[in-house]
Amino acid sequence: MQPTTTQPLLEVSDLSMRFGGILALNSASLNVLPGSITAIIGPNGAGKTTLFNCITGFYRATSGAIRFNSGNSSVDLIQVLGGPFKATDLTDPRAFSTRLYYKMLGGSHRVALAGVARTFQNIRLFDEMTAIENLLVAQHTGLDRNVVGGFLRTGSYLKSEHTAVDRAFYWLDKMGLGEDANRLAGELPYGHQRRLEIARAMCTQPKMICLDEPAAGLNPNETKALSEMIQMLRREHDVAVLLIEHDMGMVMDISDHIVVLDHGEVIAAGTPQHVENDPAVLAAYLGADYETGVAL
Amino acid sequence: MSHTEQYNFSKTALRGLRDAAFAGVIALIVFGPMNGLILDGYGLDFHLDRPFLMAGIVALGRFLLTLSGCLPAVRQLRERLMDFSHRGVTVEQPGDSQVRWKVLILLTIITGLCAPFLVSKYWLTILILALIYVLLGLGLNIVVGFAGLLDLGFVAFYAVGAYVIALGAQYWGLGFWTAIPVAAVLAALAGCILAFPVLRMHGDYLAIVTLGFGEIIRLVLNNWLDFTGGPNGVRAPSPTLFGLEFTRKAKEGGIPFHEYFGLEYSSFYKYLLIYLVLFVIVVALTLFVHRLRNMPMGRAWEALRENEIACRSLGINHVTVKLSAFMMGAMTAGIGGVFFASYQGFVNPTSFTFFESALILAIVVLGGMGSIVGVIIAAFVFTLVPEMLREFADYRVLVFGVVMVLMMIWRPRGLLQIRRKAFKRPRPVYTRPGEAQPLHAASAGQSL
Repeated sequence: MQPTTTQPLLEVSDLSMRFGGILALNSASLNVLPGSITAIIGPNGAGKTTLFNCITGFYRATSGAIRFNSGNSSVDLIQVLGGPFKATDLTDPRAFSTRLYYKMLGGSHRVALAGVARTFQNIRLFDEMTAIENLLVAQHTGLDRNVVGGFLRTGSYLKSEHTAVDRAFYWLDKMGLGEDANRLAGELPYGHQRRLEIARAMCTQPKMICLDEPAAGLNPNETKALSEMIQMLRREHDVAVLLIEHDMGMVMDISDHIVVLDHGEVIAAGTPQHVENDPAVLAAYLGADYETGVAL
Repeated sequence: MSHTEQYNFSKTALRGLRDAAFAGVIALIVFGPMNGLILDGYGLDFHLDRPFLMAGIVALGRFLLTLSGCLPAVRQLRERLMDFSHRGVTVEQPGDSQVRWKVLILLTIITGLCAPFLVSKYWLTILILALIYVLLGLGLNIVVGFAGLLDLGFVAFYAVGAYVIALGAQYWGLGFWTAIPVAAVLAALAGCILAFPVLRMHGDYLAIVTLGFGEIIRLVLNNWLDFTGGPNGVRAPSPTLFGLEFTRKAKEGGIPFHEYFGLEYSSFYKYLLIYLVLFVIVVALTLFVHRLRNMPMGRAWEALRENEIACRSLGINHVTVKLSAFMMGAMTAGIGGVFFASYQGFVNPTSFTFFESALILAIVVLGGMGSIVGVIIAAFVFTLVPEMLREFADYRVLVFGVVMVLMMIWRPRGLLQIRRKAFKRPRPVYTRPGEAQPLHAASAGQSL
């Protein structure tokens, strides 16, 4: 890896995740630079989604560290989930109070608040709400949530709602869903649902967006359009993109950096060209025999 | 054209005859032993004319029913009734006129305000009860309909509200008017206490825990003899109007309401006051809940119902959202409890059994989970119809069950469709990334 002057946006170091006797992740490390497109690839069961869930706060990693550096603040993405108390907390009141705070108010939503948005492999939209309401829910934390103010329709409430609706329309248009604004999310065609999920994630105004197999189930034309959309996100909105994808053509096309996982370990990382020719990667994908030179 | 119709008609008539014969035979088999054989001491009397008459009526009815299918109007009606593909949710169109709704709401409010002067005292008390159930339905609708948290112990908060006014009056001299906010706050607190341990639970587990909570409250009220009076209950104070009491004789130094205004004594005035205050609160709360739906809090509740994991991925703290739903629902029930206690003049734990929780849940489910108008209609149906059919009181629970089964087949999503608000494209105010100014900012004049 070439040395970089910019500080990575996301630093994952020595991350391990154990489910009972299964080590799903074995000291995996990776960095995501601001404004870059990073892809995680690997055979089925390699631990890609586990890594994703650890980063986005849906799993608490067994060991290791995840730091998210946006702007001038740095957030420990594992601490915000709220962990169990440790013996050392008793001697350190500050550590104790932080832990207590995150225990009470922490959780995976904190990761989103830090600036990490995500989509899901199996689409998770609010099916019985309209497309635009999906996007308004995404802006929840930034809105005027005063119940009394909302009931009386105060100026600040109306202004906050107005901006939210406008931003939602902006993202619908960006994703080519302008016509679907007032349709139920669950009734949209599959491709639109995928795009709506990305729009919803973007409405949280993230610094980094994690896409879990965004091209799954899309036809080649839709995949091409999606690639362009992802590049547009990076170009116009200055977000870093972290994606899991099985469509190699798309991955090689758009990624700046590729991390290859196999059996929970990072077996290669680098530019698409570098990864493409890495013998370890070929072995993981095509079988170990390839390494020893036996013709398949 | 007319030839085909004639053919269709004769075909339908033939089919009708066949159906009628079949139905008649079935009716004969059913009614034969029921109506035809009459016990007379140790013997049996045969009255075969009666089952034949019944079978004849059934057959004729069946024939007419099939024949009526020829009329387009009947066919249309039948198709509408038999439409099982009923969708639970529709979205309004941005241009949809709201005038119809506004007129309807205004008419309802005027009717509601005039109603107590047109009905007898007995029916006024029934109306009060109906409004209390509307409150309870609105409250549970927040928890079950919006937030999707199945709460089988909702009556607990109702009990909290009722006992706050009764015990508050007994121990701390709490009056009717102060009891309303105090009960709202305390019931919300009870909701908070219940919600904390159950936040991690979903579906069935949540239902069981809330069921337990409801029973705990009732048992505490029943067994804490020194404080709550146990099964003997507690007296609850009546409301006062600016210090004027509604009793026949006021407490020392006071003047009762009827003497002050020079009226004949009647407990009607007390119920009238309760009704009017309750009506205003119900209207205000309905408006509040309606607006909540389109506010960030209400949207977060519905989003939580739809998909909790997605909510968390968007930075919404599901714990506080659930907590707010529980507290808001409990608060509404607490207010309902105050009115119930004051209207009855007395509370004891038998008013807060599981059956009550089930009834409120039935109101919410029947009204259409998440539909405010549906819940209001269902609350009235469930309180007024049993009163109108007093003679059939024995069959009340049976009818209740039949109605529930029919509803689940015919309209599983509730009486009314849920309507979602449509959004119009607003004047741009959001600064687009990569553009110096909002789109069309120049044409839109100044931005906010």
